[in-house]
Amino acid sequence: MILQVENVSKRFGGLQALQDVSFELPEGQILGLIGPNGAGKTTMFNVINGVYPPESGRVIFRGEEITGLPPYEVARRGLARAHQIVRPLNELTVRQNVMVGACYGRKGLSYAAAARVADQVLERVGLAERADQLAGSLNVAQKKRLELARALASHPYLLLLDEVLAGLNPTEVAAMLDLLRRIRDEGVTILMIEHVMQAVMNISDYVIVLDYGKKIAEGTPQEVANDPRVIEAYLGDPKLARCLLEGEESDACPPSEKGV
Amino acid sequence: MKPWRQPGFWIPLLLILVGGGVALVVRKDTLREMTFTLLMYVALASSLNILMGYTGYVNFGHIVFFGLGGYTGFYFISRHGWHLVPAALVGGLTSALLAALLGLAVLRLRGAYFALATIGINEAARAFVNNFRPFGGPTGLFVNFAIYREYGGAPQALWLTYTLLLITTLVAVAVSYTVKNSRFGLGLLAIREDEDAAMVMGVRTPRAKTIAYVISAFFPGIIGTLFFFKNGNVEPGDAFRLHMSIEVLVMIMLGGNGTILGPVLGAAAYERLRGYLLTSPLFKSLHLAFAGLALLLIVLFIPAGLVGWLRRRFPVLRRWLE
Ligand SMILES: Nc1ncnc2c1ncn2[C@@H]1O[C@H](COP(=O)(O)OP(=O)(O)O)[C@@H](O)[C@H]1O
Ligand SMILES: [Mg+2]
Repeated sequence: MILQVENVSKRFGGLQALQDVSFELPEGQILGLIGPNGAGKTTMFNVINGVYPPESGRVIFRGEEITGLPPYEVARRGLARAHQIVRPLNELTVRQNVMVGACYGRKGLSYAAAARVADQVLERVGLAERADQLAGSLNVAQKKRLELARALASHPYLLLLDEVLAGLNPTEVAAMLDLLRRIRDEGVTILMIEHVMQAVMNISDYVIVLDYGKKIAEGTPQEVANDPRVIEAYLGDPKLARCLLEGEESDACPPSEKGV
Repeated sequence: MKPWRQPGFWIPLLLILVGGGVALVVRKDTLREMTFTLLMYVALASSLNILMGYTGYVNFGHIVFFGLGGYTGFYFISRHGWHLVPAALVGGLTSALLAALLGLAVLRLRGAYFALATIGINEAARAFVNNFRPFGGPTGLFVNFAIYREYGGAPQALWLTYTLLLITTLVAVAVSYTVKNSRFGLGLLAIREDEDAAMVMGVRTPRAKTIAYVISAFFPGIIGTLFFFKNGNVEPGDAFRLHMSIEVLVMIMLGGNGTILGPVLGAAAYERLRGYLLTSPLFKSLHLAFAGLALLLIVLFIPAGLVGWLRRRFPVLRRWLE
């Protein structure tokens, strides 16, 4: 197991954002973390990578307990993250942004080596021709790719991706999924939060469902999509379960829900 | 990425070398005095820039390192008969040590809270020195004229001080360049842009910020020792002038916060302007108000400063104007 989350609880004032959540992530897989808005998915990421310490529970990464470590210590152990709300370093160039990931990630590369890695990674995510531009001048889709590039440049064992497909058009989504599969095939484990349902069902080896801070289901995409609790809590509509599985073109998808 | 191949590295150094070298060649006391002040501000601005420009922490208390480091160095000269060179180094190291101790505490604060804390530090240091016997309390310290014999007379001592300042300024600017174009400096820039994101990417922010603070504090300690030695005395009122901190800040903003050439040009431009204002009776008592107004106008209209603006407007210049 590359990551074990054991009985994690986190509250914000009166709000129980996570309640006794446990799951495990085997190496080399893509794990989907889904759930309605406000379910606590991003908070789960924040607990895993040390942005917030949990009130109780433990996070174990590659056999080492990392609960409560500051984010930079977690990052240096090989756990990288792409944010849901992009956080480009606006006044730095795209290349410099990616170099930060390479310099301070798992390998702690030198400045010159980081520049080389940055150019390779930018080529991979399709931002090579923007390398010398300021990150602030990118559009949102490009900033999403920059988030991914920074995370990749750190040579992580585990990649946390928070809604990296949001805001991309279907061609871009397909290209991104392709890239993610290739990253997984290179041995990087991926934990991804996603709202583009068809995509997450399609790419994930395993899916976990959160609702109101609790884990309500887990299993293969098929199992989860057919789980009555998921249908009830997450979709509220059984027809959508089939829509999820079969894709947006399915006749089970009500027109108003297309593109959810 | 070898610095000695980059025009952005050479241009500021050559400007300083030529500007500062003229006095050495001409050997005129008035020119030396004028250039001394100029170089002093270039070095102070370049060192503050490492914390303010690269790391994004606005520091109103930069001059505390000039004051305390200078006091310490001067103390060893006047009370223990040390030579200027080791005394200045000890002055720099004292300031660096102070920054290391302070940094762990105050660099947890962000934004305005940090800026306010730095003002507090300056006032606390002044109060401390005012009551510190070995530093002469409110009357301060002075040197005996006999001390100049070691240097071959007072004029030689002044020229030596000037030469040391020129070297310190060159080193400060070279360090500023090296930091900015290094792995460590990239971490600082990341902190400036988004400290939380920098942490998530693995930058050990508490340590990086403290090191930046320490480097930026080292140079003022040396400069303070040189300055007080040149004057022959030091008092609390000379050592901790808050308005000097503010003027250094204006110089950086004027030239371009976070650039290497900016603080050099900004310090030179501001110094010239102030020299003019001080000789004009109308402006003499208003020159600080002028500093405030200048700061306001820069922040409102050219927040990137002169060099920052040029870099943005003419991208071809980027290789030349770092
Ligand atoms: N820093 C915070 N302070 C207070 N409440 C928060 C904070 N972060 C998240 N929350 C709350 O916790 C709940 C879960 O949020 P989040 O994890 O962002 O949900 P998701 O990513 O699943 O949409 C939401 O109700 C949100 O408002
Ligand atoms: Mg979220």
